[in-house]
Amino acid sequence: MMGAIKSIRVVVAPLLAVAFMLIAWQVAVMMSGVSAYLLPTPWAIGQTMWANSDRLIGGAIQTAMAATLGFAVAAVMGILVGSMIAAVPFLRRSLYPLATILQMVPLIAVAPLLVIWLGFGLQTAIAAAAVVALFPVLAATIDGQVSVDPGLREFFMLHGASGWTRWRKLDLPASIPIIVTGLRIAAGLAVIGAIVGEFVSGYGGPNAPLGIVIMTAMREARTDLVFAAVALSAAVGFALFGAVSCIGWFLVHRWHASGVTFMEQIK
Amino acid sequence: MIRDLPSLAFQGVSRIFPGGVHALKDVSFSIPAGGLTAVIGPSGCGKTTLLRIAAGLDRATSGSVNFIGPDGKTSARGRENLSVCFQDARLLPWRNVVANVALPLELSGVSRVERLARANQVITAAGLAPAQTRLPSQLSGGMRMRVALARTLVTSPDVLLLDEPCSAVDEFTRMQLDEEIRRVWQVSGATTMLITHSVSEAVWLADQIIVMNVGSVHEIHRVALPQQARDRTSTAFLLEVETVMRSLARAAGVVIA
Repeated sequence: MMGAIKSIRVVVAPLLAVAFMLIAWQVAVMMSGVSAYLLPTPWAIGQTMWANSDRLIGGAIQTAMAATLGFAVAAVMGILVGSMIAAVPFLRRSLYPLATILQMVPLIAVAPLLVIWLGFGLQTAIAAAAVVALFPVLAATIDGQVSVDPGLREFFMLHGASGWTRWRKLDLPASIPIIVTGLRIAAGLAVIGAIVGEFVSGYGGPNAPLGIVIMTAMREARTDLVFAAVALSAAVGFALFGAVSCIGWFLVHRWHASGVTFMEQIK
Repeated sequence: MIRDLPSLAFQGVSRIFPGGVHALKDVSFSIPAGGLTAVIGPSGCGKTTLLRIAAGLDRATSGSVNFIGPDGKTSARGRENLSVCFQDARLLPWRNVVANVALPLELSGVSRVERLARANQVITAAGLAPAQTRLPSQLSGGMRMRVALARTLVTSPDVLLLDEPCSAVDEFTRMQLDEEIRRVWQVSGATTMLITHSVSEAVWLADQIIVMNVGSVHEIHRVALPQQARDRTSTAFLLEVETVMRSLARAAGVVIA
């Protein structure tokens, strides 16, 4: 019973905050008379969403696909390359600083290069998502694997475990809690990357992704449609973040303190 | 079961750490085959360094540690078949008790069926069967150490190296763990080296006690009491404790009376 009340409180509190914000927004726009071009009301945005639902949902699916595939590439590459960098001191000294510097290059500046190399289309959005999501996974994997308990390392050494066995049975499982944190950050970034990729790699058609919907709506001065597409891209980001958090929770909740749900963190 | 157990001989072992710290200076003693020798001394006297060199986790700057077979020749078998229990249990937090105990066999490539059977056997003998599916975080400190001790048995070792397995538990749990250490030693029959800083633990368990001070052997004490007659409250036991305590105090330059 107490648990149920707690759960309701956890769900109700953020919903109340959102409802309050939307009402305040609606009232503020109506009272101030700001033009709908500058700032449409939430009600108007809702109506636009409903009227353009086919186009928006189609776009969201495209963007989700680019973000998810980019995220998957970043996750696999980040864990593999990060593990190699963590295992080889020379790579750690040579490649890690380089990766850190590359991370400083703004994605929006790199995006045109991706178009030159990969052409217009979904693949460029996937690549942009992967580029921006790679570093948090890489950094988390390296940090996780270099901080594995040296005592446990010694135990594996005593029993003659090979480097490969130690990676599979110790380094990787021990660093999963930290890798999951990196993956959660990467999930949010992947959606940003996908949208930026879509901005530059413009592929339209009936199923244009959200990045294109936003650009087109901006050129047509349809601020309400821009807001609707932005809301949906946030929803895609939240869904990907939620899915990664759930998988992470499933992997670590039994043995690691970080395995608490987002809901438990905000209790 | 009669086995050709090795004895363990430290011959002039010295260890100088980078920076010039002499952790060990010309340490020589030997642990008879199948015997239990306790190494006792104040913190920082080099006890753990000695154990790490015996385990092959550290190298002596000079001198040697040899496993000597019954024929008097140096044998590689002792090093190949040794088990170590550290002062922290070193269990994998994501594995339950059975999977942790079976790990040394898993790392040696023993089949799943065989290693689980063997792990269950040592877990049952240690009275840990009710906890076998629990994770380390669901066990008390004393229970975790008992799991670590059970794990040392799973490979049927010839040599057992125990590094202060009772240092992090209360007095009562220590006495229970001492019982478990004696059982583990007797079941395995292994040549055993126990690092401890408890005099009564050393007297209760060992047949030879090496008293160390600042990296060197101060005295080698043989415990005259038979294993079966070690009663912590008997006068004979308390006299042994007093003798070792005085030796330790002389080594450390501490006035105890």
